[in-house]
Amino acid sequence: MHVPLAVTVLTVALPVTMVVAISIGAVDVPLGDVWGIVWHHVTGAGAPPADPALDQIVWTFRTPRVVLAAVVGAGLAVTGAVLQTVVSNPLADPTVLGFSYGATLGAVLVITLGGGAALAGLGVSAAAFLGALAAGALVFALGQRLAPTRLVLAGVAVGYVFLSATSFVQLRATPTELRTVMFWMLGSVAGAQWDQLPTVTAVVGVTTALLALFGRRLNLLLAGDESATALGVDVNRLRALLLVLSALLTGTVIAVAGGIGFVGLMIPHLVRLTTGADHRRLLPLTALLGSVYLVLVDLLSRTLARPGELPLGILTALLGAPFFLWLLRRNKGLD
Amino acid sequence: MKLIVDQLHITLDRTPILREVSLQAREGDIVGVVGPNGSGKSTLLRAVYRSLRPADGVVRVGDDDVWALSAPAAARRTAAVLQDAGGNTTGLTVTEIVALGRAPHHGLLGRDGAEDRAAVSDAIDRCGVRPFAHRAYASLSGGERQRVLLARALAQQPRLLVLDELTNHLDIRARFELLDLIRATGVTALAVLHDLDLATRLCDHLVVLREGTVAAAGPVLDVLTPDLLADVFGIRAGTERHADGVIRITYAANPLA
Repeated sequence: MHVPLAVTVLTVALPVTMVVAISIGAVDVPLGDVWGIVWHHVTGAGAPPADPALDQIVWTFRTPRVVLAAVVGAGLAVTGAVLQTVVSNPLADPTVLGFSYGATLGAVLVITLGGGAALAGLGVSAAAFLGALAAGALVFALGQRLAPTRLVLAGVAVGYVFLSATSFVQLRATPTELRTVMFWMLGSVAGAQWDQLPTVTAVVGVTTALLALFGRRLNLLLAGDESATALGVDVNRLRALLLVLSALLTGTVIAVAGGIGFVGLMIPHLVRLTTGADHRRLLPLTALLGSVYLVLVDLLSRTLARPGELPLGILTALLGAPFFLWLLRRNKGLD
Repeated sequence: MKLIVDQLHITLDRTPILREVSLQAREGDIVGVVGPNGSGKSTLLRAVYRSLRPADGVVRVGDDDVWALSAPAAARRTAAVLQDAGGNTTGLTVTEIVALGRAPHHGLLGRDGAEDRAAVSDAIDRCGVRPFAHRAYASLSGGERQRVLLARALAQQPRLLVLDELTNHLDIRARFELLDLIRATGVTALAVLHDLDLATRLCDHLVVLREGTVAAAGPVLDVLTPDLLADVFGIRAGTERHADGVIRITYAANPLA
């Protein structure tokens, strides 16, 4: 696909999708009203909303949720894109590198110990964040100076250790706790609050911008380690830095939204298959498409089973995989 | 730019790979590195393109020790075409790969300017890859790929080319085309070649490595003597300059005897 076209389509699609997602729910709000309310809150201009209930639905409940979905989608997708290049493995994502399992252990510990003495003061989010960083630090320390294949194997091994620990903790959990754990692992943005958004958005925004700055260097990693070295890149240092940024991004996103799978794996490949692998456009496009996709998935997660909700993790793969498989079989030109 | 390798020692995992290796290439020279498998040829190249720090000794490109230069500064002088150097380039087009050669000329924030586009375009033309410049690298034949990687090296605007088995797995015409391309650049080159016949055609001088040391070095005819070919490569063969000026190796009826 033509790159400027893809950029235009996605840049328009993101706000449109977000506004549509805000308008649809248990109570459908006309698009015009949604726009009016959001515009009023963002700019302070225009008339205050006539109906306080409508205002509360749109601004207090749905807008933060939709914004969080967009931010989380961007974060997951960008992490996947970077990790796939860092370990030169098309299967790489935060799960394969062990980050997600680290976050899961942190979250499960807090859920089952109920904020007990061991983790005094740590909430589920903070514990998940620390878990992801711990996994990232381990992979980083063990994988230092390793070739990409070994690095990804180190990530897998670290992931399994965290997974074992998680399973062990789960064995001792009550059925209620297990259900909470399962919902956490499948991910959700239902708990979105305005006060958590600035931090998450800032971390995802700044990290994504930093990673995009490294676009040219990421391209060099595609050429292979020896060639990248001959082109003047300190490959080990670059890989370490990218791993740290990826772990930070993953930890932040998983902490607020749980373990949402498949987005980090699929979205980068979708973009590569349609507009190529140059990271200077891959990363921004991946962020945009990840946002649009997760906003849509979240919309479906709360409308398909109304009045109930489905966890995001169930739908990300269920909806995305068929399209991805179709694209995989159709677009063979870039192999 | 001239290349001087002086008393190089390289050790990998406590095993000495190169010992007391010295060689020189004058400005514009093409120096071939030959030797049996495992004699340290690729390791020598890694030291030259600043991927492997020597335990002792020095590599000078121009007047500078490559390890006294920053990595990008060294990469502005020396470009390498390595074996299987396509890496994981799924999804990059030929032009994008050639443009990677501009990386050492940029900092983190640098954007491609007119000079970069001109260098890329020039490299694409010189290596004859214009006809498939917009295709995916993965869709190219072996010979086309090597020309793309050479174009990437030329886009670096190097003063020294390091070439590792550039002609491996290529058909005979593609091999001769690559030799012509390299000679036409006029850039000083250090080339590892497995094929002795190609080495004699491409190179002004040869360095023969055996088990990490220099077994012989000098002009092609002086180096590839029957004794050396028997001693280092274990074959019976002779080398002579034919009436057309080309140096050819003639292998004995039973070269292994």
